[in-house]
Amino acid sequence: MAALDAGWADPRRLYAEGRRARALLDQAREVLAEGLGVRPPEVSFLPGGPAALRTGLEGLRYAGRRRGARMVATAVEHSAILTTGRYHAAAAEDPSLFAEVPVDRVGRVDLSAFQQAVALPGTVLAAVQSANGEIGTRQPLDHAHGLCRARGIPLLVDAMASLGRDTTPAHFDVLAGDARSWGGPGGLGVLVVRERTRWRLPGPVSESEHGRTDVEPVVAIALAAAEAWRQTQATRVDEAARSSALVRRMRTAAGALRDVDVVGDPDDRLPHVLTFSLLYVDGEALVVELDRRGFAVGSGSACTSSTLEPSHVLAAMGVLTHGNVRVTLPLTTLAPTLEADVDRFIAELPDAVATVRAQLGACDL
Amino acid sequence: MSPVQVDARGLRCPLPVIRLAAAARDAPAGTLITVLATDPAARHDVPAWCRMRGHELREMTGVPDPPGTDASPAEGAHPACLRFVVEVRPQPSKGAGRGSDSDSSSRAT
Repeated sequence: MAALDAGWADPRRLYAEGRRARALLDQAREVLAEGLGVRPPEVSFLPGGPAALRTGLEGLRYAGRRRGARMVATAVEHSAILTTGRYHAAAAEDPSLFAEVPVDRVGRVDLSAFQQAVALPGTVLAAVQSANGEIGTRQPLDHAHGLCRARGIPLLVDAMASLGRDTTPAHFDVLAGDARSWGGPGGLGVLVVRERTRWRLPGPVSESEHGRTDVEPVVAIALAAAEAWRQTQATRVDEAARSSALVRRMRTAAGALRDVDVVGDPDDRLPHVLTFSLLYVDGEALVVELDRRGFAVGSGSACTSSTLEPSHVLAAMGVLTHGNVRVTLPLTTLAPTLEADVDRFIAELPDAVATVRAQLGACDL
Repeated sequence: MSPVQVDARGLRCPLPVIRLAAAARDAPAGTLITVLATDPAARHDVPAWCRMRGHELREMTGVPDPPGTDASPAEGAHPACLRFVVEVRPQPSKGAGRGSDSDSSSRAT
């Protein structure tokens, strides 16, 4: 609230309130820059993580237009990457302009296919996420960045699932994040463009945020995001250890169910995400059954999506897409009774699964 | 061994896999089961079921739309109907745990 009082003015103006707002915005930028290990002018605030990610891609694409228009991404990237890449390829009537690199059964990018993809002439960027928010698997950013550098191609890293919960990525040329992942407010994305990276958007250069958006950030939201970052970083290592232990227990419990695919890498993963798919289970019915018992879980099953298509992440991995459940553990500050909740989840899961299987007459298959 | 057909066209996930599993439960090892499905998830879930339950996926093909329908399949578009042929393999005794970690080696191979 103090930030709303102090930071209401337009930070581009020269009157006292404007200068004060500018100082607060710069302060927020410095906190994030220090946390991400970059310089403040490399950091821009955008209206949301997906907006930052798409803008990061568009700026690399436009800056590389004289060398080509080919883009490379893993098959499990955020839809902001995949839909934009497919859109540009379709608009140019050339499917080869967007390469989607396959992943293995745990969702990790195939590095030899990635190497071949970035070696093709006319490639102007590659996009790899730090970790997948749906299945938790981390990507080998150091290797991917090395392969990109060998070809002089910038690497765009989507860190929306990991910032504040996992080790901060060190291998990128452009990085996008979302304040919600570190417990900050919605509506704030962060876009980092390293200094030596060729990056610009089409059209005249905007005055806002080092020319990386037309939307002037709301100072109060940026300050709240910086404060949340400070708090989350102070407890991150302990939080991660605690979440990892809980996820490990839930993975073991889920793996003991009949006919289950526990999804993602068992060790090299985000500490706070758990995903599994169950044969003969309607994902929507299981989400509703768990909700009835007081557990809010997500699902990548087709029946829970508006398009009736299953999650592109599960599909790319070749794992079961129906009966899918995704548990994302909140930060301790938001969930003081987390251990007890996990105990109860483990205790009730077998009965919840049996209930929805019985509804489909699928208990003896 | 007579071939078995499962027509799951028009059924939503997970019903096509449930129908397939019911047919496999009642069939001796070696039976070939043909499955027709229109649900988009079947493309992923029939192969996953085979891997998880130790059966073998012999074929997966798109069934062309009947002539006269004006579906013009764009490049990369999925055919509306898929046809699978699955070979039933001998099953472990009942009651054995069948959970699998997706990272452990696949049971079907």
